[in-house]
Amino acid sequence: MALQGTRRQLGDVTIVDFSGKITLGEGSAMLRNTVRELINSGNKKILLSLYDVDYIDSSGIGELVSAYTTVKNASGELKLLHLTKRVHDILQITRLFTVFDVQSEEGAAIRSFKA
Amino acid sequence: MAAKTQRIEVMLETLLESVDLAESISMRVAEAAGFPEEEVHKIGMAVREGVINAYNYGNQQDRQKKIMMTVELQPDNMIVRVLDQGKGFELTEIPDPLAEENLLRTSGRGLFLMRAFMDDFRVERGPEGGAHLIMVKKLPQPVSDNGKHKPE
Repeated sequence: MALQGTRRQLGDVTIVDFSGKITLGEGSAMLRNTVRELINSGNKKILLSLYDVDYIDSSGIGELVSAYTTVKNASGELKLLHLTKRVHDILQITRLFTVFDVQSEEGAAIRSFKA
Repeated sequence: MAAKTQRIEVMLETLLESVDLAESISMRVAEAAGFPEEEVHKIGMAVREGVINAYNYGNQQDRQKKIMMTVELQPDNMIVRVLDQGKGFELTEIPDPLAEENLLRTSGRGLFLMRAFMDDFRVERGPEGGAHLIMVKKLPQPVSDNGKHKPE
């Protein structure tokens, strides 16, 4: 299934609920464009909810890393929420758990952003 | 009598769609060979990464070039080979994606995933110089002559 993202705003945190696959082609491009649009419109606290993303390939992983760097370079924060087991396992074996702030509960995730 | 090797050869176009096609073919073969669901997923993903490598880095998205994929079921192993028409490479030339200094690189994890998801992975030089990726996964049970699992 093609990647789809629905945006929500809770205070100054933008949550994007993704569903589908983050893979080479449309999925990766969709993630890239979403994060760029958010940064360009001044949103610097971004929470990517991946509850319905059960597939990510190396291109998708690269895009997540790129999103993280883009947000950080704009002095923002990007966090991940609700990883599925497959995405969790991929981030674990690629050691990206040491890079990303991965949250499992939305309220706690929102509170974890810097004031 | 020794079980026969079954083999599928596919000539793929250098197109994005070939990535999904190769993944789908390999997953069907893995399923038919009796791999459990999670292993089928890993095999499909490894093959996907192999064809992405051929599409992006080997053939440089050149539509004139082809990607040859073969999927073999041997008595003990499933072997997937992906051959491109690029310049080839040595595994030792590829930066370690797990090294601290490479963690923020946006590429270079495909080969690592192939190695992680298969039992054996190697890269050879193809007959015309391209990269020849060879991925091996041990079958869950031996396959008999008719392609079905031998009884325990």
